[in-house]
Amino acid sequence: MSVSRRGVVVAVAAFLIFLLVPFIGVHVPWILPSTVNIINSTGTLEVLALCFIFAGVALGYDVIFGFTGLLSLGPVMYFATGVYVFDITLTHWNWPLVPALLCTFGISLVLAIVFGAIALRVSGIAFTMVTLAFAQAFYYLIEDNPHGLTGGDTGLALVSSRLPGFMSGAVSNTRNLYWIAFGFLVVSYAIVWMVTESATGHVFVAIRENERRLEVLGIRPFGFKLGAYVLSSLVASGGGVAYILLIGTAVPSAVASTTVTLSILIMVVLGGAGTRWGAVTGAMIYVYLEQYLLKVSAEPSFANLPSFLRVPLSQPQFLLGAIFVLFVLFVPGGIAGMVGRFRVRREGRNRG
Amino acid sequence: MSVFLTLAFSGVALGSIYFLAASGLSLIYGLMDILNFAHGLFMTIGAYVAWDVATHLPASWGAPVLFIIAMVASVLGGSLAAGLTEVFIIRPLYGRPISQILVTIGLDLAVVGLLLGGFGSNSLSIPVPLWLIEASHLGHVSLPNSDFVALIAGLVVLVVLEWFLRRSRYGIIIRAGVENRDMVSALGINVGRAFTLVFVIGGAMAGLAGLLYAVVFSGDLIAPTQGDSLLIFAFIVVVIGGLGSIRGSAVAALIVGLVQDYTNYYLGSHSGMAEIGNLSVVLLLAIVLEWRPRGLFQGTL
Repeated sequence: MSVSRRGVVVAVAAFLIFLLVPFIGVHVPWILPSTVNIINSTGTLEVLALCFIFAGVALGYDVIFGFTGLLSLGPVMYFATGVYVFDITLTHWNWPLVPALLCTFGISLVLAIVFGAIALRVSGIAFTMVTLAFAQAFYYLIEDNPHGLTGGDTGLALVSSRLPGFMSGAVSNTRNLYWIAFGFLVVSYAIVWMVTESATGHVFVAIRENERRLEVLGIRPFGFKLGAYVLSSLVASGGGVAYILLIGTAVPSAVASTTVTLSILIMVVLGGAGTRWGAVTGAMIYVYLEQYLLKVSAEPSFANLPSFLRVPLSQPQFLLGAIFVLFVLFVPGGIAGMVGRFRVRREGRNRG
Repeated sequence: MSVFLTLAFSGVALGSIYFLAASGLSLIYGLMDILNFAHGLFMTIGAYVAWDVATHLPASWGAPVLFIIAMVASVLGGSLAAGLTEVFIIRPLYGRPISQILVTIGLDLAVVGLLLGGFGSNSLSIPVPLWLIEASHLGHVSLPNSDFVALIAGLVVLVVLEWFLRRSRYGIIIRAGVENRDMVSALGINVGRAFTLVFVIGGAMAGLAGLLYAVVFSGDLIAPTQGDSLLIFAFIVVVIGGLGSIRGSAVAALIVGLVQDYTNYYLGSHSGMAEIGNLSVVLLLAIVLEWRPRGLFQGTL
């Protein structure tokens, strides 16, 4: 995949715009996901930060699903590891930031290698089911609240005096947390870009296209599959850390349930699996839309709608699920595929 | 000892319900290579249709009659939902297995979202005959009557399904299709019709499983997300039993039901181990896969 000049221009422009959003105090009606119609209001910054976090996680997931072609249903496990290990080391054990981060990524790495190696003993659908089962077991473990560590269903709020002041969850820090989330996305993008463009990345794609052929060429796919799995897991954990900093509370249903995995999968497919910008765009649109729909359905005028409109519209899960079904049925390749087809058609017309 | 026997009995009842859910999944996978995420939805729809019918018919008909009608309704609801799904959503995607899986995921999310919007996340109560809540006593052993219903339903379905797959014309087509789909179509047999049929059969069993799970293990309560949590265990049963194998599903369902039931009772009372039953099932899956990566019975329908 070569880098087109237009791609670079769009990427740099998007980078600069998103970097500067916290300074843009422009009034915009209707389309913002917050009740305050100003671009750099706390609510909007928070939603955008959430978009960045899931964009990064989706990008990591795209490495295993889109590039390597393995339908893992376990990314939430590593997202939850990021959220909970970071939260526990800071809140319960009062560790400083750097050791907490090292511990979080260390545990994630070990978990990813162990569970990845077990799950990759089987292939195809069985792999999918095994990753799903492990993630579900992990969810039960968190709900069980072992030794009072995770807080179970009630959740665990991030409370730490050791966290640097600019990172704490105060409203005045939303801007900093926005940049942290954005930084996470940029770093994830850089890592995923380097790996997928490298020789290793080409092996990932070869596994997706024809694993048997790769074996015939004398390359053993297992190590590469595990590598893709571990990379996507570590990115998911990084997303978990950014998430808990931003949101401030870990609740199992929001950070560890299968629904989260399915949302990540939907983001990648909506945007276009196997393309980096597609996964990022899909995730940004998904999260933005979800938050926006929540805001719209909470508005007082919404209650006056007839129930056959109000009930479906008040459920982002319904709308996003339905959009997803329509995309899978009618828009193969997602947004990236759509743009690609559009571009091919236009170039054909220019030439012709 | 009597506790041990009661647990064995309820474990078998749980296994029967897992079998109802898993055998359909396994057939669908065996024939069409689809991991059907909408199967949990079919269970939920079965339970909601049963609830809708049972609460809207006149109570004067008597609870036993209403419950039997509700069971029939759950079967019809599940099979109708599954048949429509196959025809309108799966069929356009033949030959694209990943897309088929994705579309069932989207469908499940969308319709569960709709149910959450329409009925709320709170549980609804299904009216059941008093007899179903009581227990029978065999000597010192007390056996809940609802467990009998689940057990009998599981046995009946197992026998009918075995008969259907081995003796009927369509059953033989389905078995042949699981064995080698391309060969069956090459012989000029319409496999597409068999695809719809396995979905309808799977949906019927799933619908019944959804209702029975609510009645036997959930205090007659149904909720929009119930099917999805059951689905995970159905998946585990299918993988342990071997993808595509009905007998494998039956054996694996019993093992999983019993393991879950015993570990839940004997270990689940300790603090921080409330979910040990569920965890032990996942552990079992890991052990089976290490020992036999293709499941216990793959290759034998």
